[in-house]
Parts: sequence; C-alpha cells; structure tokens
Amino acid sequence: MKYTQGQFIITEKTAIARQIYSFTIACPEVAAAASAGQFVHIRAKGFTLRRPISICGIDKEKGTLRIVFEIRGEGTEAIAELNKGDLIDMLAPLGHGFTIDPGFQKVALIGGGIGNPPMLPLAEAYGSKAVVISGFRNASAVILQEDFRRTCAETILCTDDGSAGIHGFVTEPLKELAEKGGIDAVYACGPMPMLKNIAAICKEKGIYCEISLEERMACGIGACLGCACKTKRNDEEYFAHVCKDGPVFNAEEVLW
Amino acid sequence: MADLSVKVCGVDFKNPIIPASGVFGYGREYEELFPLSKLGGIATKGTTLHLRTGNLAPRIAETPSGMLNSVGLQNPGIDHFIDTELPYLLTKDLVVLANIAGSTPDECAEVAAKLEDTDVHMIELNISCPNVKQGGAAFGTSCEMAAEVTRRVRAVTKKPLVVKLSPNVTSITDIAKSVEAAGADAVSLINTLLGMRIDINTGRPVLRNNVGGMSGPAVFPIAVRMVWQVANAVNIPVIGMGGVSSGRDAIELMMAGASAVQVGAAIFTDPYAPVKIVEEMNEFLDSKGIASVNDIIGTVKPW
Repeated sequence: MKYTQGQFIITEKTAIARQIYSFTIACPEVAAAASAGQFVHIRAKGFTLRRPISICGIDKEKGTLRIVFEIRGEGTEAIAELNKGDLIDMLAPLGHGFTIDPGFQKVALIGGGIGNPPMLPLAEAYGSKAVVISGFRNASAVILQEDFRRTCAETILCTDDGSAGIHGFVTEPLKELAEKGGIDAVYACGPMPMLKNIAAICKEKGIYCEISLEERMACGIGACLGCACKTKRNDEEYFAHVCKDGPVFNAEEVLW
Repeated sequence: MADLSVKVCGVDFKNPIIPASGVFGYGREYEELFPLSKLGGIATKGTTLHLRTGNLAPRIAETPSGMLNSVGLQNPGIDHFIDTELPYLLTKDLVVLANIAGSTPDECAEVAAKLEDTDVHMIELNISCPNVKQGGAAFGTSCEMAAEVTRRVRAVTKKPLVVKLSPNVTSITDIAKSVEAAGADAVSLINTLLGMRIDINTGRPVLRNNVGGMSGPAVFPIAVRMVWQVANAVNIPVIGMGGVSSGRDAIELMMAGASAVQVGAAIFTDPYAPVKIVEEMNEFLDSKGIASVNDIIGTVKPW
C-alpha cells in the first residue's frame, strides 16, 4: 500500500499553543506506511478541498500518527473542531518525504513556526546527531521543545522578538554551525523566505539540504497538477508537484 | 441490481460515471485506491500536441461549495500519452475518452489525427478551457470558431467525437447546435465557470493566473439547467457534468437529459466519489423499481 483513504479515530487532542492543535490518530495501516516528511490530506467538513497537514509523529508499534497544525482559515478551523473519539477522514500517507541517511554524523533540523512539526520524526531518527533550530514569532508561539529534547537532539530556540531563546532568525545559528563545519545535511520547513535563505547558506557552504514546501493543493496524489512548483531537473525547468514529487525537495532543485 | 449500462455514440459503458478531465490525470494515482474497472470511463487530462508546463502557482483556491483552478493544461503532450498512458488505460476495462486541446484548429486536428491509429475509444475535444491564453475558451465562445475547430477535427477522425462546451457564453444551445452541425457525435458540458478570488490582506488575486475555472457543488444547478437546455436543442447525446457529488445528483443530471455523467471536484473531497456514485445510483434505481438507468434519461417532466 502506498496510500489509503478512510476514517480514523482521534485518540488524543491537545491545544499546544494559541490556535495550534495536536491530534494523535489511530491508523495502523497508515502509520505502517508513513515516513518522515510525508503528509496527510484531511477532509474538512463542509469544504470541497482537503487540507494537507504534515506528519509530526509516527508510532508504528502503537499504530498511531501525530499531527500538529495551526488554524489558518475556515478549513483548518473545522478540523480543529474535531474532538478525541471523533473520526477524522484522511487520505494518507502522501508525498515524498525526507531522506534519512544513517551515514550522516551531524544534521541540522530547522523549523520555522508551524514548519516545526515535520522536523520531529527526523529528530527521532537522528537523535543526538541532530541539532534542532526552531524559530517562532514570540514566546507564546513556541511548540514542541520538550518533544525535541526527548529525542536527545540538541535544541536551539529563536524568536523574532527575543521573548524566548535567541533574539533573531534561525539562519544565524545555522551560519555559526556551518562556519564550524561538520554538518552533513540540513533539513528545513517553514516560510518561503526562510527556506530560500537556508538554501542559499547551504549552497554557499556546500551542505546537502532538503526542504519541505507548502502549496495550495487539490487531489494530494499527483493527478490534478494543482500544486505546481518550479524546479530544475537534469538542467531542465520542470513544474514539479508539491503533493507527489514533494513536499520534500532537494533545495538545489527548487527555482525560487 | 439495476442495469447501469449506457451506450453513447455506439460505445458501451458498463455504467454512466466518468471522472472528468483534469481531476484524474491518466488514472494511475487512483488505481492505488480502487480498480479503474469500476468506472464507466475516464476522460483523460487535457492533452496537447506538445508538452505544456501550465500556469504558475497558486493554481487552486477554495470557494463556497466549490473551488477554482488555473492549472493551464499542464500535460506531457500527445506522443507521451499515446506511447505511455493510453496502453496502460486500455488494459483497464473502461471507456477511454482522450481529452484533447490546442491553441489553433490546426493543432487540435493534428492531435486528433495522431489518435486515429490508436485504440482510444472516444475523443473529447476541449474547446472550453478557461485557463489558457490562446485557443481554449476562445474557440468555445463563438459559434463560428466552435464549428470551425469541430469541422477540422471531424475531418481527420472517425472516432466518436465529443465536443466539450464552455458555460461562459450567452447561449450554450447555439454553440451546441453549431458543433452538432459541424459533425460532433456528442457534446459534454459544462466546463468550469470563470471565477476569481482576492486575498483582501494582500490585495492580490488568490490564483497566480488572476482568474480560474470554478467547479464543485455550487455550479450543479447551472449544469442541470444547461444540460436540460442543450439536450432539448440537439439530436446528439449529451454527457453531463458540473458539481455532481452524489448518486442523486447523477440521476438528476440524467433526468435533465445526460446520457452519461462526469464527476470532477467531488473526487478531491472524496477520492472514492465516482465509485460511491455508481453504488448510490444503483440503490436509487432499485428503490424506485427502475430496471435500467436508460429509462431515466431525459425524463424530467417540465412544468
């Protein structure tokens, strides 16, 4: 099975910050097939289009997935109204995820705001080999720091206004790490300007970089060609699709 | 178990449900979820003479009970379709409608000519795509151009020719009559309605193409009206589409005069929608004691 669609029970719901919710969902077959960087496509009651949400946790033994999402509009608001015990309609797991290379000795995982959740499965995979750099608007938007620490990864927290952790953007600690050397790969998810800057730093320092992109999506499986992203493959321009070719791309392939 | 089989332009469909062009690619992504043989047919992604990269993103926007798209006919080109996608689809036990488009009548004819020696079952000529600057909707909005492009394609193909009509016109019945006179074997309607959304925080249109085609449940009553009008105006079969999301909707469109029904945006909401619609149609017919779906086509009794 690559992906499936069905109704699954929400076993846990927590508000983890203002407008940000964490769901744990019992879905053994989806959890068994899922990997870091993939997403689930959730039906929002009363809406035509599903909402793509990145996977924040995969527990293959318990057969559960965890998602963490922010209310961005009416669709995500409808999803946030679901409660523990309710059924959630998912088409999942979808997309091309992160490459996890056991040969890497040190990796940087960079999340900006709601781009942090997909970094957690990577932190679990890399453990103490990972440095997690998380950036948020301010202290009240900070999420998942305990979860990251539990993976034994090193954590660096940044906020735009300095109300928690380092005052500034995630790119500053990344530059320092890159200067010191020894980083085999950088993985990032967050706002486009952040990703663009990270890709530029990695290119300059010759560090392998994978980024997870977001785009408005319809089918979620590569059929409708709605979520186009301009990329370069074999030196040719190519409209890749975030849902199937991504959401994770080699940063060097993306034409900004 | 009612008989759901229909015949359109002499082609046998095991049931009247066909995923509409553009939502379903060439079927491969959905075969992961259910066997394509459960469908009556497939209208393939609109295919042009050469590869097209399509429009910049965002190409998709949600609207009340519907959506906008401006994909812009991204496709790998007709040669790739014939070499790779068509052979795959022809093994799937369903009717293959090759949806074709072009920037000029010549290009449409050239694409159709390339299909002539293949085993594709039907051609659906798209004269109504709202998302491309040349051709597309421009053909579909004038009777003369619609007839001209139909004539040119008719001249190079003996395959059953379905012409897909735009609703963005003053009189869809006039266009339908024009393409019928020009040799179309059937018409399919409605393509999407031209729409627009603006992000009021940025003052920018949500779609990078500014405007796009609207589909989904919101357009269903327009589809019913247009199918009914066209079915009463022409003597060729009508394939209905536009916002169909349940078996009841499909029955309604057939009562309005559709011989078969395409399903589009509903597949984004529920990828199993076409399969469920077939089951729901069967249940409805059984509950009414109607033996064959053919017995409902065009049976609306207008006041």
